[in-house]
Amino acid sequence: MDRREPECGARYVYAVVRPGAAAERLAGLTGVAGLPVRLVETDRLAAAVSDVPAEEYSEESLKLRLEDLDWVEATARAHHAVIEALGSGGAVLPLRLATVYHSDDRVRDLLREREEEFGALLTRLAGHLEWGVKIYALPEAPAPAPVGATTGAASGRDYLRQRRAAREHREDAWLAAARVGERIDRELAGLVADTRRYRPQEGRLAELSALPGVNVANVAYLVAVDDADRFRALVQEIAAEDPRVRVDVTGPWAPYSFASGAS
Amino acid sequence: MTDLLPELRPGPAYAERRVALVDLLDRLLAGGVVLDGELSLCIADVELVRVSLRALITAVEARLPDPAAGGE
Repeated sequence: MDRREPECGARYVYAVVRPGAAAERLAGLTGVAGLPVRLVETDRLAAAVSDVPAEEYSEESLKLRLEDLDWVEATARAHHAVIEALGSGGAVLPLRLATVYHSDDRVRDLLREREEEFGALLTRLAGHLEWGVKIYALPEAPAPAPVGATTGAASGRDYLRQRRAAREHREDAWLAAARVGERIDRELAGLVADTRRYRPQEGRLAELSALPGVNVANVAYLVAVDDADRFRALVQEIAAEDPRVRVDVTGPWAPYSFASGAS
Repeated sequence: MTDLLPELRPGPAYAERRVALVDLLDRLLAGGVVLDGELSLCIADVELVRVSLRALITAVEARLPDPAAGGE
């Protein structure tokens, strides 16, 4: 077997789980760079890891690689696949992308040092999944189109009035989106165990979506598995009430957004 | 044997789907447990790296104080 010397190797760590059942979920699974995934266990906890070449995760390499969107995407998707495989069998505590340790022993040290914290988090997250809710303002949605606007040649005053109406309509879309967000927060409070707000999505990656609209809210909700259907139905119901607003629901996700403790 | 935690029903709890990269990166670069990995002197620098990555993915790292990370 061409095993690497431990000194040359490194452990890419995906997640912390309870030991036991997780192992069978990893069989045959490939992680980052197509590498196999295995567990490093203590009595109470386990970490899912892949053995990676240390030089690829050195400070210098990582800096370069994180600038390379193809690498970032491949790594993120591989990381995500491992999290989903683990999560389908029980609570999982995903780690942030590209967390790397020198050896199994160091990973075990970490699990022991933070055993209490990780255990509490796994307990808190058990039975819950994360849902993403992205709210978009649709300023181009059916404006109260002034008559005659299509044939042009309106008077200057008409033109200005149309401009103003268009601007107000655009502002209305933003306000409408904000209202939808508030309603979701208010009316779903009873179904939501925790909330985390991300910055609205913009920029090139976000624009890859062919759908129109400007993202004004990007929120993750932690919801009990049993409440998921009601949660989604209510979000859709609230979203459907205003044509100037679109709401995208993503998920279910492993509880990425709630893995860092607090609360 | 640890009992298989029943909270996530085995099977298609997660839809078979290709998630949008931008949604995934929100979670993987701004969510997740943050540990000081060792090679991760590297990771200490990820903050810096993220700044330039942000030029490409402006959505990723909330500049807002992170309520999840901010607590005790």
